[in-house]
Amino acid sequence: MTEKYNMPDERGHFGPYGGMFVAETLMLPIQELNAAYQQYLDDPDFIAELDADLKHYVGRPSPLYHAERWSRTLGGAQIYLKREDLNHTGAHKINNTIGQALLAKRMGKTRIIAETGAGQHGVATATVAARLGLECVVYMGAVDVARQSLNVYRMKLLGAKVVAVESGSKTLKDALNEALRDWVTNVDNTFYIIGTVAGPHPYPAMVRDFQAIIGREARQQCLDQAGRLPDALVACVGGGSNAIGLFYPFIDDRSVRMIGVEAAGDGIETGRHSAPLCAGRPGVLHGNRTYLMEDDDGEIIETHSISAGLDYPGVGPEHAWLKDTGRAQYVNITDNEALEGFHSLTRMEGIIPALESSHAMAYTMKLAPIMSKDEIIIVCLSGRGDKDMQTMAQREGIEL
Amino acid sequence: MSRLAATFEALSKSGRKALVPFITAGDPRPDFTLPMMHAMVEAGVDVIELGIPFSDPMADGPVIQRASERALEHKMSLRRTLAIATEFRKTNQHTPVVLMGYVNPIEAMGYEDFANAAQRADIDGVLTVDLPPEEADECVALLKARDIDPIFLLAPNSTDERIKKMDAAGSGYLYYVSLKGVTGAGHLDVADVESKLNQIRANTRLPVAIGFGVKDAQTAKTVASLGDGVVIGSALISKIEANLDDLERAKKEIVELLVAMRQAMDN
Repeated sequence: MTEKYNMPDERGHFGPYGGMFVAETLMLPIQELNAAYQQYLDDPDFIAELDADLKHYVGRPSPLYHAERWSRTLGGAQIYLKREDLNHTGAHKINNTIGQALLAKRMGKTRIIAETGAGQHGVATATVAARLGLECVVYMGAVDVARQSLNVYRMKLLGAKVVAVESGSKTLKDALNEALRDWVTNVDNTFYIIGTVAGPHPYPAMVRDFQAIIGREARQQCLDQAGRLPDALVACVGGGSNAIGLFYPFIDDRSVRMIGVEAAGDGIETGRHSAPLCAGRPGVLHGNRTYLMEDDDGEIIETHSISAGLDYPGVGPEHAWLKDTGRAQYVNITDNEALEGFHSLTRMEGIIPALESSHAMAYTMKLAPIMSKDEIIIVCLSGRGDKDMQTMAQREGIEL
Repeated sequence: MSRLAATFEALSKSGRKALVPFITAGDPRPDFTLPMMHAMVEAGVDVIELGIPFSDPMADGPVIQRASERALEHKMSLRRTLAIATEFRKTNQHTPVVLMGYVNPIEAMGYEDFANAAQRADIDGVLTVDLPPEEADECVALLKARDIDPIFLLAPNSTDERIKKMDAAGSGYLYYVSLKGVTGAGHLDVADVESKLNQIRANTRLPVAIGFGVKDAQTAKTVASLGDGVVIGSALISKIEANLDDLERAKKEIVELLVAMRQAMDN
């Protein structure tokens, strides 16, 4: 690749992936959204407002932290953590919700809807809706409502209505279905804030652009602190928004390896996992073509992961493209390995990562030792682990 | 001339409108669908839309979603839907059958394999909810090469430009979704539908079937006066759902509703 990376095309395609696979009712709203997004993308007033919010409300830039003790213990590459866990609301999700909410305001929408898995995106959406005085409805699978009750309570405190979705597998994909239905019905006054780089065009590109601040900051911070670019980037991939946010500003830096870590659940060989890039095949779901977890008949199958945020049968279409072109690699980490990563970072650095981010930590524990001490890995610490205390305690047989 | 075009032309000549029922293949059990299709023909329907069950029917409301779930519990699939259509055709050569569903099961089979299988099953039209003309070039070409009509949806917010696009890509008929929202929802605003139909007619010569919000004989009559056909789905599936322990009764109630609609539409 000698030309500068320039994806997607004007119709939202990343090679064969992405696109606008939606029912006719949604065509006009997504075209309107795209027009508004294209308009404000380069609008100095919009950028200034977004930048100010990211600085004073979210707390950016987030630190790039050299985990020296952990690096020493693992005995290989120098590990730098991009501390998205330190953002307001505790994860990278707010980078995107701030951006989309400002867009909603400019488009004159008074009602915000969102889907959520782990609840981080729901909380980040409820947060910005509270701040802007917008009505907010969050769709969440009933299974996730049960395992992430703390975040449900947070959303309610913030004034959002949380709708438990009882259809299908009662997880993230069903929440997305229900949010799409709401949007189709209430399109005149409603803005749908999708939380990841999935959905129909322009969502995958728009969410990426809002999350790319992760990689832009990390790139500059690495140059400032280490005097050079990193050798590898590692990030967990469910829908893939923190990963694409970190990767995107490095795509043309060909020397930088990019590694996305999917959730292998009980193990790829068991079939009980959430790793479409590693073990799925291309198909169409939620408005775009991408790798999916599906059976031979094209029916979407249930996914499994200890982390609700990775429990999704699809993945952002740009990841599908980066996989096929070989620009990024995708690996997988089981629930048990993720728990090792969780404990290791917690005990070595005094940082409790989210279970989603723990997948990236666990892969880093495999990668760092086989790299040399003068090499650098940047790992996206996409969220903090507070929300997972119940899950962890339950798993270890402890009553809180 | 395709079976669909011939059907709409014959109806038009006799001043009648098409009655188009939708049921999901395999709901609530695989063996219910074929006899139901024949019974609907006897009740006077003109075209049958046969739903391909899908795990994530995003554009449908709870009623049709549950129909998919019931069918999938019995391992209904695109292949088995085609098998039902094949059986139907063995004893009925005149009623057009349109497959309606989402694109992923078709992608999983492969567009070309699907087009060939649909041709072997003597399918007349294919309506793929989440495959707008922008993404449909390959699929449309394969279907048209086999004389299968690609059917497209129109919505209340479709612009002139988009109606022209559907007119160019589609054949057989266009399906106007007369309400914003998902299937089975809300109320029908007759004046809105009428003015939209004028806009649609100005941009296409294809017949227009109207669906979403048709619940009973009265709404069917009203809608029939506006378009070339009336699609009824959720109201039929509700009859199945209300009689899961007595499927003969479900079938009887569906037939009664369709007969009442037929009479209301023809008078």
